[in-house]
Amino acid sequence: MTEADKPELTGTLLYLDGVSVSFDGYKALRGLSLMLEPGEMRAIIGPNGAGKTTMMDVITGKTRPDEGDVYFEGRHDLTRLDEAEIAELGVGRKFQKPTVFENHTVSDNLLLAAKAPRGVFATLFGGAAAAERETIDRILTTIRLAEQRQRPAGALSHGQKQWLEIGMLLAQDPKLLLVDEPVAGMTDAETAATAELLREIARNHSVVVVEHDMAFVRDLGVKVTVLHEGSVLAEGSLDQVSADERVIEVYLGR
Amino acid sequence: MKTPLLRLDRLGVAFLVITIGAAALGPILALVVPRESAFAMPPYVVALLGKYMCYAILALALDLVWGYCGILSLGHGAFFALGGYAMGMYLMRQIGARGVYANPILPDFMVFLNWKELPVAWWGFHSFAYASLMVMLVPGVLAFAFGWFAFRSRVTGVYLSIITQALTYALKLAFFRNDFGFGGNNGLTDFKDVLGFNVQSDATRAALFSLTALTLALSYIIGRAIVVSKYGKAVIAIRDAESRVRFIGYRVENYKLFVFVVSAVMAGVAGALYVPQVGIINPSEFDPANSIEAVIWVAVGGRGTLVGAALGAVAVNFAKTYFTGAFPEYWLYALGGLFVLVTLFLPKGLVGLLNLRRRAAEPTPPSTASLAQQEEGAR
Repeated sequence: MTEADKPELTGTLLYLDGVSVSFDGYKALRGLSLMLEPGEMRAIIGPNGAGKTTMMDVITGKTRPDEGDVYFEGRHDLTRLDEAEIAELGVGRKFQKPTVFENHTVSDNLLLAAKAPRGVFATLFGGAAAAERETIDRILTTIRLAEQRQRPAGALSHGQKQWLEIGMLLAQDPKLLLVDEPVAGMTDAETAATAELLREIARNHSVVVVEHDMAFVRDLGVKVTVLHEGSVLAEGSLDQVSADERVIEVYLGR
Repeated sequence: MKTPLLRLDRLGVAFLVITIGAAALGPILALVVPRESAFAMPPYVVALLGKYMCYAILALALDLVWGYCGILSLGHGAFFALGGYAMGMYLMRQIGARGVYANPILPDFMVFLNWKELPVAWWGFHSFAYASLMVMLVPGVLAFAFGWFAFRSRVTGVYLSIITQALTYALKLAFFRNDFGFGGNNGLTDFKDVLGFNVQSDATRAALFSLTALTLALSYIIGRAIVVSKYGKAVIAIRDAESRVRFIGYRVENYKLFVFVVSAVMAGVAGALYVPQVGIINPSEFDPANSIEAVIWVAVGGRGTLVGAALGAVAVNFAKTYFTGAFPEYWLYALGGLFVLVTLFLPKGLVGLLNLRRRAAEPTPPSTASLAQQEEGAR
């Protein structure tokens, strides 16, 4: 990707330009640039250490980049905001390892994630509004956990936890969803169901999916960005990037 | 059995019945029932149980931050002691001219140190209302300032525990100094009366006992209302997966700060009730060992249960009273052993043991949501 001198910021949902991050001298990201259009679903692939998770950390405010710009909706400089502020703007994140609140029931997990005032006193004195309950019911059906709603999340299977976490993202109703390896450790049937679920979600959300599983990426059928050593190696359809010699060399050829 | 606000379980109902019942019955057994009767409560029992209940309030406060929010405070004794000192200062000023040096304004220790004027920190403490306000305000403000810095800087886990320990130790050293202005090594004692009633009289002691029991019940109600609210669910989520809570848009530092301040105020009130009943407050109350002992009460009773914390405080202190009488040199070993045993075999404490018996009948683990089933199962 060539570096545009004057990028048109307003049109893009997410804009990363020349982002570099180093940890104790190790360069996790070197001049990473990436643009995501509103409503787009994008798959990010790349070998271990390519910087996929660091990229997510930068976007969600967990890690501050050493240099480079990160803009959301062309207006919000994400390098100046913290995790809660970025989440409030409408960026949701699903972790690689499913992290749900194990001691809470499935529906309480969704209740906590559901879009609602996040202040201490708002949650102390306000219960679940009718609108929230409706959202929760709808999401429970979407993620196929309606039957499990009163079970503690800790009792769910691995695949169900992944779905619950995706459901929590939906409940947040973010503009952009970052999904880190959603099918790691899933059975083939679960993987196929997850691909379907993500495609469904992508109909009215922008989604970035980081994934190793090539069959799954093919199933999604979206534009692919290949990361390597902290910057973009290739971008295009899966067939295009699979044909790229450098990509074959660093990743697919292994 | 279920109220919509508190969603009380059987244990909670039993707890409220016992504490409110004790508040009502205590004075009758202590004052009305003739001394010879088997049901009469001798004054030393009134004082002892009153003291245990103050500890129970402290344990409940600690359980709110540790059991529910995962903040292991090893310095909660500091808030207890500060509340105690605020009450002690009121009681000192009530002595007035009846002190050894008969100074109507200055407490004895100030006269002894040749001080001529009342330090600013002592102004206003002749008023019970002002002292009561300080009982809550001083621990609350300290907890707010401490928490504001600690939680914003994302100090967690063992590091936070160490700072809380340092906090209480620093306060202990400060209060030990005579020129700090709070009686130094000897602390505050020789109290005469509270609100015009003799602190030594049986009637006053019985009233303090009732007041403590009611405060314990109220602390439980406040704590329970907090933990069953959506706020409480967020707090539990912070305990279990803090960064996840941040990523769904909650300001974790504010959530921690609120529960920490509420807990500190509760601990301060417990200290204020404690001082008139034991008749003294001195810097040893700030001792880190006291705060650690409170952690053991909560662990023994069952963390994250509120009732368990209060139960643990009473049970461990009952054992302490017995042990320090019967085999004084073995108490610390017994306490240490108890902590190890509970950690290894009873991770949910005494309350976990109670629930275990009930759970044997039904397969699913009870949670707030399955309370309804649990009640049916027990029926």
